[in-house]
Amino acid sequence: MAIPISYNVRNLRLRKGLTVMTALGIALTVTTAIFLMALLAGLQRAFVSSGNPQNVLVLRKGSEAELSGGFDAALFPTLKVLPGIAKDSHGEPMVSGEWVVVIVLPRKDGTGEVNVTVRGMMPDGLELRPSAKLIEGRWFQTGQREVVVSKSIRSRFSHANIGDTMEFGKGSWKVVGVFDAGGSAYESEIWADVNQMASDFDRQGGYSSAYLRATDPIAADALKNRVSDDQRLKLEGVLETDYYAKQTSSGAPIKYIGIVVAIIMAIGSSFAAMNTMYAAVAYRGREIATLRVLGFSRPAILTSFVFESLLLAMLGALAGILLMLPFNGMQTGTSNAVTFSEVVFSLQITWQVAMYAIIFALAMGLFGGLFPAWHAARQNILTALRG
Amino acid sequence: MTLSRFVTKNAFRNKRRSILTVLSIAFSLLLLTLMMTIWRAFYLDQGSAESAERLVVRHRVSLTFSLPGFYREKIRAVPGVVAIVPVSWFGGIYKDTKPENFFAQFGTDPEEFFKVFRDMEMPEEQRTAWQRDRQGVIVDDTLAKKYGWKLGDRIVLQGTIYPVDLELYVRGIFHSDPDNKAVYFNAKYVEEAVSFFKGQAGTYSILAASPGDVSRIASTVDDMFRNSPQPTKSESEKAFGLEFVAMMGNVKAFILMICSAVVFATLLVSANTMAMSIRERTREVAVLKTLGFTRRSVLGLFVSEAVALSLAGGLIGFFLGWIMIYGLTHSKQFISFFPMKVTPGMCGLALLTAGFVGLVSAVVPSYHASKVNIVDGLRHIG
Repeated sequence: MAIPISYNVRNLRLRKGLTVMTALGIALTVTTAIFLMALLAGLQRAFVSSGNPQNVLVLRKGSEAELSGGFDAALFPTLKVLPGIAKDSHGEPMVSGEWVVVIVLPRKDGTGEVNVTVRGMMPDGLELRPSAKLIEGRWFQTGQREVVVSKSIRSRFSHANIGDTMEFGKGSWKVVGVFDAGGSAYESEIWADVNQMASDFDRQGGYSSAYLRATDPIAADALKNRVSDDQRLKLEGVLETDYYAKQTSSGAPIKYIGIVVAIIMAIGSSFAAMNTMYAAVAYRGREIATLRVLGFSRPAILTSFVFESLLLAMLGALAGILLMLPFNGMQTGTSNAVTFSEVVFSLQITWQVAMYAIIFALAMGLFGGLFPAWHAARQNILTALRG
Repeated sequence: MTLSRFVTKNAFRNKRRSILTVLSIAFSLLLLTLMMTIWRAFYLDQGSAESAERLVVRHRVSLTFSLPGFYREKIRAVPGVVAIVPVSWFGGIYKDTKPENFFAQFGTDPEEFFKVFRDMEMPEEQRTAWQRDRQGVIVDDTLAKKYGWKLGDRIVLQGTIYPVDLELYVRGIFHSDPDNKAVYFNAKYVEEAVSFFKGQAGTYSILAASPGDVSRIASTVDDMFRNSPQPTKSESEKAFGLEFVAMMGNVKAFILMICSAVVFATLLVSANTMAMSIRERTREVAVLKTLGFTRRSVLGLFVSEAVALSLAGGLIGFFLGWIMIYGLTHSKQFISFFPMKVTPGMCGLALLTAGFVGLVSAVVPSYHASKVNIVDGLRHIG
């Protein structure tokens, strides 16, 4: 027969101070783990939501990123007439030749300069990215030295409000609009007209990449292969979704550091939980013996104490999650390993992160509770009753 | 029985509890040591004496733009500049794209390279061999050990930024401290193969006459090219490296956050243990008091016990951290552009933190214990 759960709950309540301190220790470890996992979840979301499954990105063969690309503009007309490309609002093929450069902007809070991606695009570039919504002002106009900035760029850098001018390339650019890219990687970009950009950076006659919109996701796959297989072009097609999924590797340093930190902290917390549980067992020597005399089996006692430890860890996990919830959605930036520029993302405490945090805490509780519970279950009844 | 013996005896009366507490504190302090090492490497270490005399000039807009080749002679004319070489990131693929096969590859000028990087050691005959062979490459000795490269070996680097595959031959193996885990070849090779890179350089590395000249040279160079199509940004080698750290995000806040979580967690663990062990000893406290121990000395006994325990944990944690960093920096996979070193100062700081934590954690429970009324204490059933 199992020992009722209320027995454990009452015991935890009896030693309030001990319970609270141990749970808080676990909570701190959980907090750190949640912080790191939320960072990664946010980063992942930024990249995964960026790609459109119907968009094909065209790069020079052998180049792995838009920045290291660059191909002759003379190839563009050939790309434009490839079969399988959707029509834009003017009935023309929906394609956009683009120039991507990285510029340095000073952070608003004065903590240094950051690399930011500036993307020059054709008018179709906006149609190709329906997820980006204009929230203020208007889009840039072809042939004008105008830029639109993402919402997060506006909040993180100075001179990024509508009406301000930004200095890069060969002169100043006027900020005319702000867009919201819904937390995708575009959230870290500044957009402008491709021809203006190319002339400012002496890159006329070429594009760093091109975007093609296929009629449907299946056609996108075929279009991608058509670009890669065309011997005249020496170009490579990649699905936009695949391109961004690969960039999630930017989170690798955070991930490795996070794992090391979480494991070391977890070991420390497990020892602390073990201490508390050993103490709980020691205090209750006679009680345990009494339970045995009443007919509760050894496995029942073992389970009961392990359960108590898990309960303690669970408390810690919940406290940790509650402590971290106010930070949900907090924005931060890191360097994108592929584009070399800053990618902005927000802390995302998803259900998955919370689940992992609970599992992580329970693992600590299990490790911390197993040995003391084993010790409790194996006590000799007679000596314990006398003691 | 001396006082210190009394404290140690008591600290280990419940061996299991003491060991668990010490271990728990040790793991926290291990983490603290790791964080301190990273902090030092990023923000405190000034690099070698030679590094303090070097600066890096790059395109003001971004690292992804190159600088014209004629800048080199113009910069050379700046007073205080001893030597200058182009250093251009190649970013090629060796064997495959696996992260363990990634290392830094630079194109440079073999004639002047060692005049700027005076802290790199390589035999004279290897230097001349490298200067004579346009396909020659010199490699870092730890990197050579990792891939088993010997003089004369062929290395193929597949270009990603530049559409060219370099076929290089090892002409020299250099040693530098700390390891820079990079290879250097003649930039002319790339210039000849790639038309758009002709007469270009990614960055310039300059050796200044003295560390005091660095900032003056930097501003002179930047002023010189301020209104040209390719403005520059010059800074010390260390500041250049720190920009990569800044790109990772708010690293300082990140490290501080982890450190404070660790210290607070240690505090909880230590306080927990002391609360447990002092409560058990209520009757003993009463006995001690009957024997004539003052409240103050009882308080002192408990506090020193807690401090002793956490100091032991701190010491173990620091040494574990030291071993971990030693293992990390000596592993073949590890690449860091920052020297990771553990200093005696860190040991002091770790112990100080541990001692402080022990002190604070013991104060409240010990105070309560010392206040116990003798009669109540003697009656107390543990």
